Amino acid sequence: MSTPYKTIMADGLWSNNVVFAQLLALCPLLAVTGTATNGLGMGLATTAVMMTTGLSVSLLRNAITPEVRIPAFVLIIATVVTLVDMAMNAWLHELYKVLGLFIPLIVTNCAILGRAESFAVKEKALPSIVDGIMMGLGFTFSLVLLGAVREILGSGTLFANASLLLGSPFSILETVIIPDYKGFLLFVLPPGGFIALGFILAGKNLLEKKLEGRAADDETPETPVAEAEAR
Amino acid sequence: MSTDGKKSILREGAMFQGILLGGFAMAAAALLAFGNEGTYAAIQERKAEDLKASINQVIPPNLHDNNILDDTLSIPHPAGDPITVYQAQRKGQTVAVAYRMSGFGYGGEIAVIMGIEANGKLLGVRVLSHTETPGLGDKIEEKKDDWILKFNGLSLGNPSPDKWAVKKDGGQFDQFSGATITPRTVVTTIKRGLEFFNSNKVKLLAPKKMEAKQ
Repeated sequence: MSTPYKTIMADGLWSNNVVFAQLLALCPLLAVTGTATNGLGMGLATTAVMMTTGLSVSLLRNAITPEVRIPAFVLIIATVVTLVDMAMNAWLHELYKVLGLFIPLIVTNCAILGRAESFAVKEKALPSIVDGIMMGLGFTFSLVLLGAVREILGSGTLFANASLLLGSPFSILETVIIPDYKGFLLFVLPPGGFIALGFILAGKNLLEKKLEGRAADDETPETPVAEAEAR
Repeated sequence: MSTDGKKSILREGAMFQGILLGGFAMAAAALLAFGNEGTYAAIQERKAEDLKASINQVIPPNLHDNNILDDTLSIPHPAGDPITVYQAQRKGQTVAVAYRMSGFGYGGEIAVIMGIEANGKLLGVRVLSHTETPGLGDKIEEKKDDWILKFNGLSLGNPSPDKWAVKKDGGQFDQFSGATITPRTVVTTIKRGLEFFNSNKVKLLAPKKMEAKQ
């Protein structure tokens, strides 16, 4: 059983995206996406953990029996997260001070368990690593997008404090979109996250409908009129 | 997973599942123990560096001539653990003290370090650790907002004790939009810290060396 890398990439980044398609990981998602920078930090930390757990589960897949696979996966994930937490605290201390807040939240991310269960346990090591990275990047993308929407609407800035996470050269990312903005608290709080997520999902569905329509148009050249009207 | 008949009978037994899971748990525990062993010293070192850096933020290094981390005293506190006090000394005189205070915010413990001059004025306050909501409550960090700097130069008489509260509670300090509990905790924690200074002033300011002789 093997999946082509192209499919793995497309699944992770778009068609089976953790948030926009599987609707998983909503707990850490809504908790940290108040700003785009926080979303990016959480996304990168999750990507690292997904990659490592994907690899460990894949290597151990012949030792784990189906009956005890769930507790075994939970153990692996919790161990990896704790080790990452300790190693970062000891040797990447500056980064830890910024990301440390997010690391315990990764354990609650059901998407990691989901990938172990539905992908890594069936596949070889390398595809599992690629899947972890792609799923992680797809997750990062959705976190940053949602974080950006909420940050612009909620506080009128974009990528505030990015230099704390990425280093001082990245302070150019920090932009004030709406000067003298009073702030819109709803979008900073989790309910605003739900609302923004709803609109993003609706937008994604619209986009996919349109793409499907366009694919259909190529076959039947009569519909461009309808498409023009729709615009 | 395995197609081998004999092996799968063994693998289906309840005993095997228990042993397997137990083995996994033991391996995980061993890994974590090794991880802890390997990182413990480095983490303690980082913590000491952080502590020194944060003390330097609340007590300007040019104010004293001793190594603050060496001259510490432990003073019992009525509510909770004894407090470790770091003394800043100049020519044998205590010019300022720094210590940690903590309170419970929205997401858990908020620990602050405060530097207080011998006359009771705040030299500065910094948040050491917290688990408040990122983007809302974390404006108490100096890196993210200058809110915490507004305490510089204040003391328990300025403003008067009843004004040591957030505006929502009738005090003089700003809360954040969307987060009242976090700044409220910080303000009351600092107030408690100042009260601790006032009630232990003599002990706090007695230079460490004299204390040792007694």
